[in-house]
Amino acid sequence: MIIRRLYDWPTSEFRSPFDELDRMRRQMDRLADTLWGGAYREPAAGIFPIVNVTEDHDNYYIRAELPGVKAGELDISVTGNGVSMSGERKIESGGKDVVYHRREREGGKFSRMVSLPKPIDSSKVDAHCADGILKVILPKAESAKPKQIQVKTS
Amino acid sequence: MTDEQKALQAREKKEMAVPAEQMRPGPTFMPAVDIFESEREITLLADMPGVKAKDLSIDLRESVLTVEGHVEPPESANEIDLLREYRTGNYLRQFTLSEMIDQSKIEAEIKDGVLRLKLPKVEEAKPRKIAVKAG
Repeated sequence: MIIRRLYDWPTSEFRSPFDELDRMRRQMDRLADTLWGGAYREPAAGIFPIVNVTEDHDNYYIRAELPGVKAGELDISVTGNGVSMSGERKIESGGKDVVYHRREREGGKFSRMVSLPKPIDSSKVDAHCADGILKVILPKAESAKPKQIQVKTS
Repeated sequence: MTDEQKALQAREKKEMAVPAEQMRPGPTFMPAVDIFESEREITLLADMPGVKAKDLSIDLRESVLTVEGHVEPPESANEIDLLREYRTGNYLRQFTLSEMIDQSKIEAEIKDGVLRLKLPKVEEAKPRKIAVKAG
């Protein structure tokens, strides 16, 4: 691979060529915060699958869109306070005598770890995959659930 | 560039500007598709995770094929977002079919969130060998 050096970079200061991109990324983050209230993050470059994580009083929920991946092809393991999901997405190729007019779907191996803010009860984690949507239910450890404190009147 | 096995890259869903205003609120996405043609038929595969057969509508009118899939947001009302990397919305995409498709024989099936459309070609469109008679 040939590495080219930018000897003729127009500015005189030692600026990183990525400054412009950094600035645009910060602006996009601010925009994303105002539009979607802060929970929306552009997916980190290249990490598949992209996930949504939600919680209610008792559980954390992780959801991912994995069209064409069957439940048996997924490997989910619970680690500490997180979950690791891996598998392979196989794309049907159509055979050798076909002509492609569009080829937008991609296949390949994937692996992702998601960490959760509070401890989970790893013995009770449940996962379903239906219609291409993976849903992992992670019950919070008892110590992590918010507790009601009785306020006694003296 | 070497042809190695790359890890699968994440892609954001393509949101589209819907021409007519929708009754139900929410974004609409264009599903990613693969279209390939063999001697006898054209096959279309579309990624529509979250769409079941009953939520799918396929309309064919004046050679325009409209594929629509409705998705209900899966979160229940008392769930709070901690991290949202993708949005949930309906799917919509349209295609103009060439006259070589036999519209009466189109078949559709959706499984694991992948729509498979089989579009058989009209009999005359299949390649035939024409015998040349020697003069």
